[in-house]
Amino acid sequence: MAAIAESVSRPTSRFRFILDRRDVLGAIFISPAILYVLLLVGLPFLLSVYFSVSAFTIYNPSWQFVGLDNFNEIVRDPVFRKTLSNTFILTFGSQILGLILGKFGALLLLRPFPGRKFVRAIIILPWAVPVALATVAWQWMFDSLYSVINWTLIALGFITREQAPNWLGSTDLAMLSVIVVNAWRFFPFAIVIFLAGITAIPQDVLDAATVDGAGFWRRNYQIIVPMILPIVAIGLIFGIVFTFTDLSVVFLMTMGGPVDATSVLGYKGFQVGIVSGDVSHGAAISLFMLPVLLVVVIGMLRFIRRREI
Amino acid sequence: MARITIARAAQETSFYAAVTFFFVLAAFPFYWMVITSFKTDSDLYNVTHVPFWFNDPPTLGHFHYLFEKTLFTTWLMNSLIIGLCVVVITLVTALPAAYSLARMTGRKGESLGIGIFLTYLVPPTLLFLPLSRLISEVGLQNSMWSLVLVYPTFTIPFCTWLLMGFFKSIPPEIEEAAIVDGCSLFGAFVKMALPLSLPGILTAVIFTFTLTLQEFVYALTFISSSDQKPITLGVATDLIRGDIFYWGEIMAGALIASIPVAIAYNLFLDRFISGITGGSVK
Repeated sequence: MAAIAESVSRPTSRFRFILDRRDVLGAIFISPAILYVLLLVGLPFLLSVYFSVSAFTIYNPSWQFVGLDNFNEIVRDPVFRKTLSNTFILTFGSQILGLILGKFGALLLLRPFPGRKFVRAIIILPWAVPVALATVAWQWMFDSLYSVINWTLIALGFITREQAPNWLGSTDLAMLSVIVVNAWRFFPFAIVIFLAGITAIPQDVLDAATVDGAGFWRRNYQIIVPMILPIVAIGLIFGIVFTFTDLSVVFLMTMGGPVDATSVLGYKGFQVGIVSGDVSHGAAISLFMLPVLLVVVIGMLRFIRRREI
Repeated sequence: MARITIARAAQETSFYAAVTFFFVLAAFPFYWMVITSFKTDSDLYNVTHVPFWFNDPPTLGHFHYLFEKTLFTTWLMNSLIIGLCVVVITLVTALPAAYSLARMTGRKGESLGIGIFLTYLVPPTLLFLPLSRLISEVGLQNSMWSLVLVYPTFTIPFCTWLLMGFFKSIPPEIEEAAIVDGCSLFGAFVKMALPLSLPGILTAVIFTFTLTLQEFVYALTFISSSDQKPITLGVATDLIRGDIFYWGEIMAGALIASIPVAIAYNLFLDRFISGITGGSVK
């Protein structure tokens, strides 16, 4: 009794009274995070939009407004149009390949078997390991002379050493290689997402369907797929954003080449804006990612809402 | 009977064949890293040798060269310093923000939380041009401290979202009881909510650190001096002389930098997934 009476009558300063209001302390607590994001994401974003309609280069840092000139020039450039279509090919190719591998991998890992934990731990690696480091390993596997892939093909008698492909040096194969590496990075993430979704389905729903006569495919496509769709969608959104805006894989493996065959938006923006110092054109190129990102973000919001219902 | 057994055996075989395919697909590039980093150069660069195992005895030469003749230890230290500083900045801002979103801002906080999380999806390739201008304005161009400044732009949103889920999973009655007993709102956060969410804080620390290790684009854009590079950038771009790639050293460096991240991911995988799917998976 005494303790309670004491705590109630403890003198409270005006300052403490304000800090004990939930809305005030809540606002104070969240403001550092919001300030950080506004200053270093919001402000740069606006700056990027302004750069894209200015004549700013690092040699002539002028803020002169030039309207949509930069965009007009970029769109007329055939290399840019190639870059744009490359970006879509790379994103769709690697996401579809990654999703297929992910779905099958998840089905395999659902079944208990000896060593499953170890296999899962190893399968996570392509996604966990820093992208730049995994990419250099692939670059070495695709080496023009010492490629282990070519060595195996030759040893198995499929090709001779004269026919050995130069993976990163020919236009079609370079794109294929970049797609494969991106899909390879994405598929463990897809497996994990599929597994998380499937294991979240209550077993009695599946049992009930089985009793009602639903076979494997029917259970698969009429129960499992619709139920895991929200989670898979979130995973896919991550995959699309990170592949569509990627720079590291292309930079390390092909430098956008040969002859712009693997040039993508992220790489082109880097090449023009940072390497050549043409900040305004670089910013305009990067901004071409925005429509896709917006669509993706709206999709994300819809799925988050649906989850909450 | 016999036919059933054969069918079962065939099914089992194809199952394990499929598992093996996935295992090899995932593991081979890392096996290749390991084997390359321990091979002698004469063994590496000889197309008549079978590349899958050692034709000469394995060597530690590439590791020696990496630690003694390159800036590898500097890169390692840089990454450590960058990682630790970013962890501190992230915790100081994301912990109160997450608590506020989980407990103090109600419905409005929910939309705000989603808004903060969406900034995690803003890609570096959209922001690197303006950010590199801002960084040279504040005199941090070509310095690892620019990364300490910029990396929290994605670690704060990520950790705020992750920690918000953890705070929501603590029953609010515990803090309410503390407040009834005379604790201030701030005191309830420090003395009750923080100790109870230690596992969540640990997860946030680990992922902040691994996210800084994985980042490549900002590092590539902001830093060109070899001695300021973090480990991923250094290994991927600085072990090349002219046209010659030092593959043994590159793979050895990649191996050393990959191991801690790989372990961290495997240990904390489930929390990561529930973090990014917003706690919709238990």
